[in-house]
Amino acid sequence: MTAGKTEATHPRLTRAHCQHLLQQMIRIRRFEEKCAELYTQEKIRGFLHLYIGEEAIAVGVMDALEADDAVLATYREHGHALARGLPMNKVMAEMYGKRDGSSGGRGGSMHIFDAEKRFVGGNAIVGGGLPLAVGLALADRMQGRERVTTCFFGEGAAAEGEFHESMNLATLWKLPVLFVCENNFYAMGTRLDLSESETDIHAKAASYRMPSEAVDGMNIVEVEAAARRAVATVRAGDGPYFLECRTYRFRAHSMFDPQLYRSKDEVKEREKKGPIVRFQGWVLDAGILHQADIDAIEADVAQEIDAAVAFAEASEWEAIETLLDHVGAVP
Amino acid sequence: MSEEITYREAAGAAIHDAMAADPRVFIMGEDVGHYGGTYAVTKGLLETFGPERVRDTPLSESGFTGAGIGAAMGGMRPIVEIMTVNFSLLALDQIVNNAATLRHMSGGQFNVPVVIRMATGAGRQLAAQHSHSLENWYAHVPGLRVLAPATVQDVYSMLAPALEDPDPVILFEHVMLYNRKGTLDRSAAVDLRSAAIRREGRDITLISYGGSLWKTLEAAALLAEDGIEAEVVDLRVLRPLDADTFLSSVRKTRRAVIVDEGWRTGSLAAEISAQIMEEVFWELDAPVGRVCSAEVPIPYPRHLEEAALPQVPAIIAAARAALGKQGEPA
Repeated sequence: MTAGKTEATHPRLTRAHCQHLLQQMIRIRRFEEKCAELYTQEKIRGFLHLYIGEEAIAVGVMDALEADDAVLATYREHGHALARGLPMNKVMAEMYGKRDGSSGGRGGSMHIFDAEKRFVGGNAIVGGGLPLAVGLALADRMQGRERVTTCFFGEGAAAEGEFHESMNLATLWKLPVLFVCENNFYAMGTRLDLSESETDIHAKAASYRMPSEAVDGMNIVEVEAAARRAVATVRAGDGPYFLECRTYRFRAHSMFDPQLYRSKDEVKEREKKGPIVRFQGWVLDAGILHQADIDAIEADVAQEIDAAVAFAEASEWEAIETLLDHVGAVP
Repeated sequence: MSEEITYREAAGAAIHDAMAADPRVFIMGEDVGHYGGTYAVTKGLLETFGPERVRDTPLSESGFTGAGIGAAMGGMRPIVEIMTVNFSLLALDQIVNNAATLRHMSGGQFNVPVVIRMATGAGRQLAAQHSHSLENWYAHVPGLRVLAPATVQDVYSMLAPALEDPDPVILFEHVMLYNRKGTLDRSAAVDLRSAAIRREGRDITLISYGGSLWKTLEAAALLAEDGIEAEVVDLRVLRPLDADTFLSSVRKTRRAVIVDEGWRTGSLAAEISAQIMEEVFWELDAPVGRVCSAEVPIPYPRHLEEAALPQVPAIIAAARAALGKQGEPA
């Protein structure tokens, strides 16, 4: 293994990098806590699916990607958008449905897009983004580009036909796709073992002869290391890779979910092992960061969120006259 | 320069010429390569362009249609072939929830320049899972352009502009047209907006598209023997509908019958009828008539299949009813 490859495939846990990882996770966590609050104030409407508890995956994986790689995510994608580098102002304005939102307000919480960041949504059909990822990767392959398309989805998608069709196509055609399954063990309210005959999700990908592995999705260091290995394989032209990140959603599926399907104790137990509390504890214990660093991160993030809310509040609503815009290039 | 070729050959030539002209164009679908195409449209393309650009797919309609949508977003100009509209229901999620919505959901940041071709219609005794005409399901959806070329010229000439369209295009080829011969001028350009008047007439407007167009023209010829001059409108584009053309024809003739192989309930014929009612009601001399498929899954036996579909005698009867003439012509 060359020195260059070691660098590419192993995260270096320097002070700056640890600070960055923690800050990204806290940024997403606090942003979403604010969103929940804004939802109760009816500033944000419709569905709101919080990523709280799963932040290590988006942050860890995104750090392994290049600027011209493509990223597809689900309706629980606020964290991915922020980790991918979309400006928080635009993401917040999109949550409001305002003109300055990342999709001009037309998509809302579930459909955040950014062409410049190659952030291809925000797809709210479970499994619907997987064939798109296959196609984006096919275009790269046919045009001789060494880009990676990363597709995030939940374990619920593994029950969809589109999941299996995409696994097969991507492997059959050796396409540069990184599939990232965020297995939070509940498809809305249906526990994994109540819906799948094979609950080991990454084994399904392996059955298509795709290299696959499962990692602790609550451990950001493990996620990032696995993502770097996976991305290196995909970028080298060895075909797709499947990464199952085992995680847990601390909040309800959406704001309408009374959570009848799991106990409060179960959630509490999982929260103790959450990605932020764990990583923050570790960097403090190891003396890599100090409490003053954490306080500085929290202060930074609070300021960024305040500014994003102010930006969204100040943004205009789209004029009714634009209703039919963006249906087609030719109206 | 014109040539006499079949609809099948013209459809294949269109794909060949588009691929030769633009390296971004490729075709994928079930049996498009080694088999030569279920309807032999893509025969020979694999030998010419190779397996990268003539891509056989597994039986994964949703997967490969979605892959076509993704490849279009990634800078390619894919032609996705779905064997028949009946199987396209397995890809409906990708077409309706992704192809048609991505531009809007992303606030105009992403577009999907894909062309999805599929066979449609009945007449080959293929029974209820291979014979339906579901064009209007797609014509219902904002964000899609829906084409129904009925002529050799259109099936050739519509493909190039469809590939240039920055948005998704669904292209329907009626199975009974593949063997039909016609005149093709490869240099002629056509548009993807307007309906065409295929026969001029003053007494009644017959509006049709796709496979039913030829039955409608046959009915018009027979009506002419009885002194009734029917104008025949070929819709060509099912979404967006070119209402101006059929409305001005109906303004002139004051009578209209729509011939549509879809089932009557919720049909494209119903939509056109409603538009005529909304726009030219006070100029009509008779209620708008419709000749559609019977409300039954298309049956296998020849006589029952024929009875289920719009046929020439029914078109003539509907036209005569609109003209207040009952019974058989003298």
